[in-house]
Amino acid sequence: MKTDMVIAGVGGQGILSIAAALGSAALDNNLYMKQAETHGMSQRGGDVQSFMRISDKPIYSDLIPKGGADIILSVEPMEALRYLPYLKKGGYVVANSSPFINITDYPDEAELVKTIEALPNYVLIDADEIAKEVTGSTRAFNFVMLGAASPFIDVPFEYLEEGIRKIFGRKGEDVVKMNIDALHAGRKFSQDNK
Amino acid sequence: MQKSLLLGVEAIAQGAIDAGMSGVYAYPGTPSTEIAEYIQHSKLANERKIHSEWSANEKTAMETALGMSYAGKRTMVCMKHVGLNVAADCFMNAAITGSNGGMIVTIADDPSMHSSQNEQDSRVYAKFAMIPILEPSNQQEAYDMTRFGFELSEAFGTPVMMRITTRLAHSRAGVTPVTDIVAENEMSLPKDKQQFILLPGIARQRYKLLLSNQEKFEAASAESPYNQYTEGSDKSLGVIACGLGYNYLMENYPNGDCPFPVLKVSQYPLPRKMIQKITSECDKVLVLEEGYPVVEEMLKGYLENEAVIGRLDGTLSRDGELTPDMVAVALGFEVEEGMAIPDLVSARPPALCVGCSHHDVYKALNEVIAEYGEGRVFSDIGCYTLGALPPYRAINACVDMGASITMAKGAADAGLIPSVAMIGDSTFTHSGMTGLLDAVNENSPITVIISDNESISMTGGQKSSAKGKLEDICAGLGVHPDHIHVFTSLPKKHEEVKDIIRKECDYQGVSVIIPRRICVQKNVRDQKIKKALKAKAAAKA
Repeated sequence: MKTDMVIAGVGGQGILSIAAALGSAALDNNLYMKQAETHGMSQRGGDVQSFMRISDKPIYSDLIPKGGADIILSVEPMEALRYLPYLKKGGYVVANSSPFINITDYPDEAELVKTIEALPNYVLIDADEIAKEVTGSTRAFNFVMLGAASPFIDVPFEYLEEGIRKIFGRKGEDVVKMNIDALHAGRKFSQDNK
Repeated sequence: MQKSLLLGVEAIAQGAIDAGMSGVYAYPGTPSTEIAEYIQHSKLANERKIHSEWSANEKTAMETALGMSYAGKRTMVCMKHVGLNVAADCFMNAAITGSNGGMIVTIADDPSMHSSQNEQDSRVYAKFAMIPILEPSNQQEAYDMTRFGFELSEAFGTPVMMRITTRLAHSRAGVTPVTDIVAENEMSLPKDKQQFILLPGIARQRYKLLLSNQEKFEAASAESPYNQYTEGSDKSLGVIACGLGYNYLMENYPNGDCPFPVLKVSQYPLPRKMIQKITSECDKVLVLEEGYPVVEEMLKGYLENEAVIGRLDGTLSRDGELTPDMVAVALGFEVEEGMAIPDLVSARPPALCVGCSHHDVYKALNEVIAEYGEGRVFSDIGCYTLGALPPYRAINACVDMGASITMAKGAADAGLIPSVAMIGDSTFTHSGMTGLLDAVNENSPITVIISDNESISMTGGQKSSAKGKLEDICAGLGVHPDHIHVFTSLPKKHEEVKDIIRKECDYQGVSVIIPRRICVQKNVRDQKIKKALKAKAAAKA
């Protein structure tokens, strides 16, 4: 059992809550995990990534080797492509289709979609829209994304639900339910569209 | 025991709390910030009243920690690598005074300069000061070695450096804490009442003691559980793997079947006998170390022993952090990279936040500077350094904490008038005040803008030592009150602010302009905390 995943986005988009739920799930089930994240200057609207590694054997490197990632999960379409050198042959790109445009030379969106659709294995999902549909707000879009990536993560799906319960438990049952609903909706989309 | 999910920096913080530390002293700096922050929020630390307030800069932090050690208690001082330059005076001399209560100097280096202006390797400093170094390779070691470090410090009466780098600092893993939490030391004065008096006569004796301690430090490294020699059958190569370098080595042998002898180094000075063994039994020795080729250079020597390979001969990149791929290539493996990054992907550099007050300052400043000609704005370390990037391209220098004011003065001395300094509130109280005094004493024609967002923002909105004190400090240092301007920084004041900057640029003396508005990120966090407290109070009622 081993999954290496690059989680990508833009500073401020909150990719770390995805990593936190996964990490907590892994640890509670006696799996090994390492998760390297970006702090500091890049958090001011720059590109950020987290390297998430889960395994049933000890993990050495905090960084994922190039060509070693099973999944690139990106909460932003262009950022998904930045980490392609890390993707394993046969690995999946799971990307949110809603762009985050804070630079003047952001690529043409149609071209961007075309580039992602030319990848061998991808799921392109409008996580903001699905979150809104299912939960009434875009807040849980991160967990729609985690749900969409879940079929490719070598960790039992119940573990992910447990992880969400653990990190949002303090905020009440409503918040837990919202995020678990988002997780299920993302997973369903992915299973129907991969 | 239940594992905790901790960043490397948090593991050090928890390790220090569990090892009976009585106070942490620090100035925020990526990637070290979260050590003190974690202690500030720890329940046990708060119950024990462990000191964790921010210091004004790294030098005051180091000196305060030394004072706590003098009084017999365990203490840690934390900073990023360049912070040690600021604290170096105390650091070098603390090696001579030695410690009383256990003292750990935790330095977080930033190879590849993710959030820094250089990638200096703090092991060089520890070697310079001749004190032991601990360099954990993972989060559990970071936790365990903190307690070990306090014991080492107290056993030899010396400060000990804990050296980490960005990847360990900001990577999370499960850590198993100890169950026997150590009580704090009782206060106790040093046995030798002259130990901390570095008058030449005493300092010479203390220095001889430090020199004679080197052998003991080396013996401790030889016996350390953190330095391990693993035999290997293929002696065509031996690998010395320091700190995180060990992880990247083992990443390439996922079944633990590295055929070469391996020396894992996590405690310095180097364990000489183990080094002799690996260099004598192997044809070549590859040195894997994060940062400068410190160990490699020692072994290779001035005569360039060709049997030692690593960063100096191009086997590994001379600069930047190590990666598993880089190490794979050095070990002779092929790396199968994924697909190339498509051409349409644009760079996404960090930028000032939407609504940030520095925007207003730079808009006004750029328009005024255009009237005088370019190349006269000296900036400093903080979010406002992003003013170097488009759309503003407003600054011409960023060197070290506080250098904006003194560089502006030097340029003005050379005839570049007006010269402008652009500095933040916390950077000003960190290292800008003394430079301003220099300028006041000579009435130098400089205009200092202290863009005050009432927090240490780049590192996450820590409390600024400057809060509520800036104009008094400037007046106290002797800036004429007519040339101190304080106002709320808002876009609607654009023309008014331009007039102030222009007027002060024309003034042939020291002026200080303080545009003030709280950091937008800090404001959001403050409101959230306020809301949560209100909800809590309401629930109680």
